[in-house]
Amino acid sequence: MSATPVAARADEVWKVYGSAEARVVALRGVSAGFASGKFTAIMGPSGSGKSTLMHCLAGLDTVTRGTVHIGGTEVTGLGDKALTRLRRDRVGFIFQQFNLLPTLTAAENIRLPMDIAGRKPDPGWWDTVIETVGLKDRLGHRPSQLSGGQQQRVACARALVSRPDVIFADEPTGNLDSKSGAEILSFLRASVREHGQTIVMVTHDPVAASYTDRVVFLADGEIVAELDEPTPETVLEAMKSGEVLV
Amino acid sequence: MLRATLKSLLARKLRLVLSGLAVVLGVMFVSGAFVTTDTLGRTFDNLFAEGYATTDVAVTAKPKVSVTEVEGEQFETPLPASVVSTVAKTDGVKEAIGVVATDGARVIGSDGKVVTSFGPPRIGANWTGLDAIMRMREGRGPTADTEIAVNAEVAKAAGIKVGDKVAVLTQLPKQTFTLVGIWGYTDDRDSLGGVQEVAFTTPVAQRSMLGQTGVFTQVTVRVADGQTPEAVRDRIATELGGAYDVKTGTQLAEESSASFKEALSFFNNILLGFAGVALFVGVFLILNTFSIIVAQRTKELALMRALGASRRQVINSVLTEAVAIGLIAAVLGLAAGIGVGALLVYLFGTMSGGLEPASVGVPVAAVLSALIVGVVVTVVAAVLPAIRASRIAPVAAMQDVATPDRPLTKVTVAGALVGAAGAALLGVGLYGAGSLTLILAGVLVTFVGVALLTPLISKPVVALLGRLFSWSVPGRLGRLNSGRNPRRTAITAAALMVGIALVTGVTVVMDSAKSSLAAQAEDTIKAQIVVSGEQTGPRPPSFDEGVLTRARQLTGVRTVAGVWNDQAVIDGERTYVNATDDLAKLADAYGTPGLTTLRGDQMAVSSEVLQERGWTVGSVHEVQLPRGELHRYSIAATYDEDRMPGSYLLPAAATKEFGITQPIFGYVRLDDGVSVGQVLPEVKRLVADSPEVNATDRSAFIEQQSGDFDTVITMVQVLLGLAILIAVLGVVNTLALSVLERTRELGLLRAVGLGRAQTMRMVTVESVVISVFGALLGVVVGAGLGTAVVRALDGEGITDLVLPWDRMGLYLGLAALVGVLAAVLPSIRAARLNVLAAIAHE
Repeated sequence: MSATPVAARADEVWKVYGSAEARVVALRGVSAGFASGKFTAIMGPSGSGKSTLMHCLAGLDTVTRGTVHIGGTEVTGLGDKALTRLRRDRVGFIFQQFNLLPTLTAAENIRLPMDIAGRKPDPGWWDTVIETVGLKDRLGHRPSQLSGGQQQRVACARALVSRPDVIFADEPTGNLDSKSGAEILSFLRASVREHGQTIVMVTHDPVAASYTDRVVFLADGEIVAELDEPTPETVLEAMKSGEVLV
Repeated sequence: MLRATLKSLLARKLRLVLSGLAVVLGVMFVSGAFVTTDTLGRTFDNLFAEGYATTDVAVTAKPKVSVTEVEGEQFETPLPASVVSTVAKTDGVKEAIGVVATDGARVIGSDGKVVTSFGPPRIGANWTGLDAIMRMREGRGPTADTEIAVNAEVAKAAGIKVGDKVAVLTQLPKQTFTLVGIWGYTDDRDSLGGVQEVAFTTPVAQRSMLGQTGVFTQVTVRVADGQTPEAVRDRIATELGGAYDVKTGTQLAEESSASFKEALSFFNNILLGFAGVALFVGVFLILNTFSIIVAQRTKELALMRALGASRRQVINSVLTEAVAIGLIAAVLGLAAGIGVGALLVYLFGTMSGGLEPASVGVPVAAVLSALIVGVVVTVVAAVLPAIRASRIAPVAAMQDVATPDRPLTKVTVAGALVGAAGAALLGVGLYGAGSLTLILAGVLVTFVGVALLTPLISKPVVALLGRLFSWSVPGRLGRLNSGRNPRRTAITAAALMVGIALVTGVTVVMDSAKSSLAAQAEDTIKAQIVVSGEQTGPRPPSFDEGVLTRARQLTGVRTVAGVWNDQAVIDGERTYVNATDDLAKLADAYGTPGLTTLRGDQMAVSSEVLQERGWTVGSVHEVQLPRGELHRYSIAATYDEDRMPGSYLLPAAATKEFGITQPIFGYVRLDDGVSVGQVLPEVKRLVADSPEVNATDRSAFIEQQSGDFDTVITMVQVLLGLAILIAVLGVVNTLALSVLERTRELGLLRAVGLGRAQTMRMVTVESVVISVFGALLGVVVGAGLGTAVVRALDGEGITDLVLPWDRMGLYLGLAALVGVLAAVLPSIRAARLNVLAAIAHE
């Protein structure tokens, strides 16, 4: 682990669904830190617990045991109000699909978390973000008038514009063709490199993972491997080594 | 296919409940009306059967003016004492008793107020001893002219006991008696059906109730052993000739009961009318629900089509669902209706004091109407969605596209055509044929037309209304949501429109009528003080004629005129008539010049009636009043109907032949320069012995007279409450479905930081916008309909058009409140959504 401050951290996190015979253990004592200003990927096969880990880190789901911190705040044990405020002010989300409200224009969708919080976006930063995602001439369009890639870029802009402590992205390129996917990943990486944004991304695509600074491999609810400065090849290598089947 | 339908129905329990509820409420109203009428009908059967149980045969004089229970109060024509002896001598008669018993004995209670009655008469009678079902509770019957006995109903209501001095109002001025006895009935009852009874000695009863001695209202006959009532009846009828009605007790019981049932059926029809409105609104709700169900089942239905189901099978699938919902709702509605019927009967019994309701029964009509109404209404509402369902292409099963918003052109054109047809019907009904059926049909068709136009109107109006809430993010999201599905928003709002439009329409007409009459009275009545009373029983309040004479002697009084009122038959046609003690004085009190005192054989008739009946001043007409012989009056004068009270004015002499021989209005005009404050207390003192009436200044009188209009408005508001309630269910339904449909969206919003309270606010704003939009439509349409009616009634004396802005504002405000209430459950549901589950929701 590096010496840089940690944006999000899980300590001995257990997540158990159901009880008795129907008991499913999704996370078995996972401990991981996600450094500020870094782009981290969480990889693992279906059912490995990668999405659950992300949901727990983001305060979308509760943990059974262990603690989760975002910045200096302990997320575990927060009430709905505090969690809502945490999500609004300090966390950004990019989902695989259905990221936008169909009734709002692209600009309104981007501004939504700030509007809900009653804050004004910093104009300079706003312009930077819009420029980065390349949506200047699409701001007045509604989601139904945008392509899938454009919609996802709007979602990215929304996550970036409020400058959250950390952005969680759940398979952000899962529904896109490879060209659009590459674009999204490029400016996610750019926002980390150039603006110091922290991003945690769940993916099962080695190419997507290669855009990040570090990959955490999960299997059966446990961290089984980590890889710094990944390339598609090293990721595939790690997966092929048999320990991690994606 | 049937099994698939039923399974899909069961999977949608919530929607089944919501759309079924509208039918349940409508059916409840319908069957409740039938149950109430049936039970009350049997209650009256029992009541009269018992009341006439001790009467074998009864003789009455044929009424001079017959009035049924629906049309008002009939006055018995007195029969002379000689009839009693003739009947007594007839073969087969064991006993013939001369009975005085008629409405109008008003006891003044220990609190100094007249004992009121809501329906049952206040009988003044002669004491003829206890019959088989009467039981003396205390004391004895009256034997001296200063004594009375009362039934326990009166004693309790008046708070009087044996030995008290009790004042009674009759045809005579207030008299005071000593109460010597209180009686009740078998089974410890205080009265028969809440009837208040006061028994005098025979001469006092005759003078007080009939205005003359030596007459009775009825001869009650007991037949000798071995004789049948029918045989004795026929013998007495032959003996007395054609001027008398001779009937057996059984006959009378049936006739009395039948006349009450006629009144009940009138009441029944009113309830059914409002039930109809409620069901009409229900159709909107069901139509909406089925449209939504079909939209949500698109994939499922397309799959069925792909698997080989025919269009007809798809239609049948949706209609089967409708029949199932209709049947279940009808059965529940019937059960609820029986409950409501029982409650109404109980309330009726309690309000009328002492009416013992028959056991609640369920007539076949209630069951049949419940089933037919429930099923037919649901199926009719489901037809359009069913047809739409059948048009789903099989390929839709494979595609992941929501049905695109269809253009509104067709609906709008249809709406314009239907709306125009409705307006045309309404126009013909109001201005041409004057037929109520056409007017009602016009109103309903207009509603349908407006409902069809609503989607088009909703876009700009909802956007505009929503601006009010756009200051916050949840508000703006709510506004955008309410504009998302114009058809659904429109139909939900249209349902609310119907109830509110009707209430507003009635309010416009009533307020216009009230204002027109008040303005007219303000304009015509010159009298500064009016003596009048508020109804305390079936007969209008009246006062001692002596008050008029004494008021004339007060200083500062210029003229005093009294007005009597009753029904009479004039040239074969029954109508309300007024009489005055002096036409010249009445004309002065009203400020209408040119009318002089009438001779005993003259009457004055309004110019409107002259024109209508083709009469002229000087023509002679036959007038039969409730008492006395047929008179011929010549028309001595005519007047503008707006300028004097009533259409017919009879001379002073006629008042003796009115059913109520006391005046019901007194008009006092003061000398110039005399203030009302100087004379009013004096007049008030004069009417102190007539507690049914009060002396008020002119403006208070006008206010009092227009009180009836407010009562009508309140009644209509209450009865249309059900239709509005159903519309509110529609709003709840629409919101619940919106929340369900937008689960993922809600999840996303929550994920990006929308708080629970903000989520609730968003749903609430959507609800309020829809409700206020519906109310706005209702107020506008209602004001339009009301205005059309008022304009059409221009010739009938409603000259002012009053738009009740305050009430219209109130309706809008209430709609906003209703919107908030309707949003409670859906918004809680929305706020409680699990964020993760919502995002993953398909």
